[in-house]
Amino acid sequence: MSEHAEHAHHHHAKPDFWTHYVFSQDHKMISKQFLITAIVMGFLGMGLSMLFRMQLGWPGESFKVLEFFLGDWAKGGVLDPNMYLALVTIHGTILVFMVLTGGLTGTFANLLIPLQIGARDMASGFLNMLSYWFFLASSVVMVASLFIETGPASAGWTVYPPLSALPEAIPGSGLGMTMWLVSITLFIVSSLIGGINYIVTIVNLRTKGMSMGRLPLTMWAILITAILGLLSFPVLLSASLLLIFDRSFGTSFYLSDIFIGGQALEHTGGSPILYEHLFWFLGHPEVYIILLPALGITSEIISTNSRKPIFGYKAMVGSMLAIAFLSFIVWGHHMFLTGMNPFLGSVFTFTTLLVAIPSAVKVFNYLTTLWKGNIVYTPAMMFAIGLVSTFVTGGLTGIILGDSALDINVHDTYFVVAHFHIVMGASAIFGMFAGVYHWFPKMYGRMMNKKLGYVHWWLTVISVYGVFFPMHFIGLAGVPRRYYSNEAFPLFDALQDINVSISMFAFLGSVAQFIFAFNFFYSIFRGTKATQNPWRSNALEWTTPINPGHGNWPGPIPTVHRWAYDYSKPGAKEDFIPQNVPLQPGEEEMH
Amino acid sequence: MINLLIAIVIILAILVVAKVIRVFELSTDLKGANPAEVTETDNKTQATLFVIGITAWLIFVVYCTLAWGPLMLPEAASVHGDQIDGLMNLTWWIIAPMFFLCHLLILVFSYKYYYRKERTATFFAHSTKLEMIWTTIPTIVLTSLIVYGLVIWNEVTGPAPDDAMEIELYAKQFDWTARYAGDDNVLGKSGYRLITSENPLGVSANDEASKDDKIVRGELHLPVGKAVVFKFHSRDVLHSAYMPHFRLQMNCVPGMTTQFHMVPKTTTKEMREITGNEEFNYLLLCNKICGAAHYNMQMDIIVESEADYAAWLSEKKTFAESISPAEQEALPVVLAEVVEGGEHAEDEHEEAPATH
Repeated sequence: MSEHAEHAHHHHAKPDFWTHYVFSQDHKMISKQFLITAIVMGFLGMGLSMLFRMQLGWPGESFKVLEFFLGDWAKGGVLDPNMYLALVTIHGTILVFMVLTGGLTGTFANLLIPLQIGARDMASGFLNMLSYWFFLASSVVMVASLFIETGPASAGWTVYPPLSALPEAIPGSGLGMTMWLVSITLFIVSSLIGGINYIVTIVNLRTKGMSMGRLPLTMWAILITAILGLLSFPVLLSASLLLIFDRSFGTSFYLSDIFIGGQALEHTGGSPILYEHLFWFLGHPEVYIILLPALGITSEIISTNSRKPIFGYKAMVGSMLAIAFLSFIVWGHHMFLTGMNPFLGSVFTFTTLLVAIPSAVKVFNYLTTLWKGNIVYTPAMMFAIGLVSTFVTGGLTGIILGDSALDINVHDTYFVVAHFHIVMGASAIFGMFAGVYHWFPKMYGRMMNKKLGYVHWWLTVISVYGVFFPMHFIGLAGVPRRYYSNEAFPLFDALQDINVSISMFAFLGSVAQFIFAFNFFYSIFRGTKATQNPWRSNALEWTTPINPGHGNWPGPIPTVHRWAYDYSKPGAKEDFIPQNVPLQPGEEEMH
Repeated sequence: MINLLIAIVIILAILVVAKVIRVFELSTDLKGANPAEVTETDNKTQATLFVIGITAWLIFVVYCTLAWGPLMLPEAASVHGDQIDGLMNLTWWIIAPMFFLCHLLILVFSYKYYYRKERTATFFAHSTKLEMIWTTIPTIVLTSLIVYGLVIWNEVTGPAPDDAMEIELYAKQFDWTARYAGDDNVLGKSGYRLITSENPLGVSANDEASKDDKIVRGELHLPVGKAVVFKFHSRDVLHSAYMPHFRLQMNCVPGMTTQFHMVPKTTTKEMREITGNEEFNYLLLCNKICGAAHYNMQMDIIVESEADYAAWLSEKKTFAESISPAEQEALPVVLAEVVEGGEHAEDEHEEAPATH
């Protein structure tokens, strides 16, 4: 391995601007490219949500800012209902795919895999670079679709046909939908290329002594995530291809018996339910593709900053494997009310509620890790604890939604919006923020400002719960999601106050993100210089120089002698023992 | 109420900013200290803020529940809805304590164990006993919930009683139409190729069963206490028929028929008394994104005594009556032409190459 590594080291020896910053094959630079693209896309996705929150808080009122951004789609400052649906669709797509899948995994898999397993770089630097460029192309196409005349895709982020297949049904299903499909296809390519590279690297390039049982939990999480993606994204690709065929080449995979625009269409024999099955076969594992890396990051950060080993390492790995396995056999819970055979619904209820068991194990293990710890409140640690809170709050309502009998009345209401924004959205974003605060010194050799970090954390958590918790009540009052306005229903008038406060919290939350962005970009250039191991962590990445060059370690790659969680081990002088420190005579490797 | 919430936001924001400024002042006093390092003061301050923050969060949860509880859906207006509500309440009684327990643990741990130099964390890497406990207990609780839930699900989705009244709910962008099966309780055949402007549901006039069908728009009337089975259709995109007060929802899928049956048990009049709202009406909403006017695709539902219902329905014209005599004569022919015309056109198309 070291010969290969030396070779790689020389191969990358003379970087100019283009090979260093743009067409870089260095995993650390690719990680930064992913992160910065994701931050830009994150702000865009958040901005779109601010626009539709104005409409939802004050329906039908005129806002100059809407007309400024949307032009004819908000004539006189009043949002067009088609554009409302487009905003919701693109907000969801960007956040789910570009930010929380591409951004989260792309950033931390690329940064951490070689550094934490002790490798010079990813198995294939070239594939890694391709993975980023497909991701960027996908993002660019998605953003470009916002600017076309018929508007971007508007059929919801799940783009169910026939709505997404028929431009007669909604203007966004014209060119906008084509661009959406192109963008997602590019995204899937990026994700598959990246994923296979992550798996190969973790399996093959671990340094001496880095057995699977000594892998940090971030690595386990990323490995499992990559496997999930590799098995499920191709199914979404086939779903998209069939949709492209139906839209452009007159096939009838998803279409049948349709009368629209004054005429009966020729399509017969297809079913939109087929699309739903294919979509959710990716769609549900996708939830865990988003969540698992955040859980892995949190495990690492909670253990480090509790100065205590992660409780139940094997149970943590086991529960991730169990969640990953179950995630492939629960997709039908998105489809209880499609007219699917009720017996099949029963099976999916059963498998879905089982997910609560490994999830509960993870929560209790996090809590036990905090118990009798010595908690250092770095901003990263606060977001990690925040993840535990949102995972509990959002996870518990999953027990309601996953139960087919209860789903009947809350399906597709704001209750669902509340549930997944907390358990998946907020948890994954918290994990991502935690990761950025924690590994920023490794990325840029500088520290982020901790006080701004604290302000960011408090404003973010207040606004997350202020926005999403009240949505449970709106949903329990029977309000469907994706409604442009509730004004057509006098019964819902009393809920308007709640919508106003949600919008206020949403604005507060978005202001808070500018604090983060300022802190991030300012600290890249002006942050305090990082020390060698600022969080006194055991993991291998902190044994590299403060600004690691190509190949990561100037000398030989360190050998690993212990797991990553020997914090406050009895008999040790310090409260941490890095993984490359050999066992002392008589010391037992315990975990 | 909004003002109160806004005030809470502002107060919390100010509190946070004030605390941070204080941290800033204190830490700059320590000359020579690394400004990125988390100090003892930071740990104490943030631990305190965690106690305040989690307490505020739990109070917020209780406040929302008390303040907004009355705005939630009233008791179920259907027989099966009561069972669903029972399961829902049981589920809340399981998950709410878990929610408070976990957050109280975070609250206690986050303050009790904040970093102090002289303390050492306890090296506690695993305990099979503890892990068995919190694997087994959720397993038992969830298994019971699953079993209870499935019993109800099977009852709710089981076959409709034989005497259930058939009603078709027909969805299109962006309205609902109901078709009552008439005296024979059989819905006449229909198909999307038969749709014309006079016959928007594409009902076949050739089918005897369709003659007494009654097509109704605007309001859906149901007799109280009588089983009804809805057959759902859509002619364009996916829709979903959602009747929140009856705990009923089912997607309307082009190309297939879906169904759901229920027994309404509370009349509109009774529900108006229960909710204290004279204007109250049961709703049928569209709950699957279907286009620009998705948010206004609705129909009122009136549940009334069987006598009132019969009186209301008797005023409605049957399908046979709703078309003028001349049209009625012409209709089957016209429809036949529509069908045959299509086939004929195809035939011509197929023959076309041969003529060359």
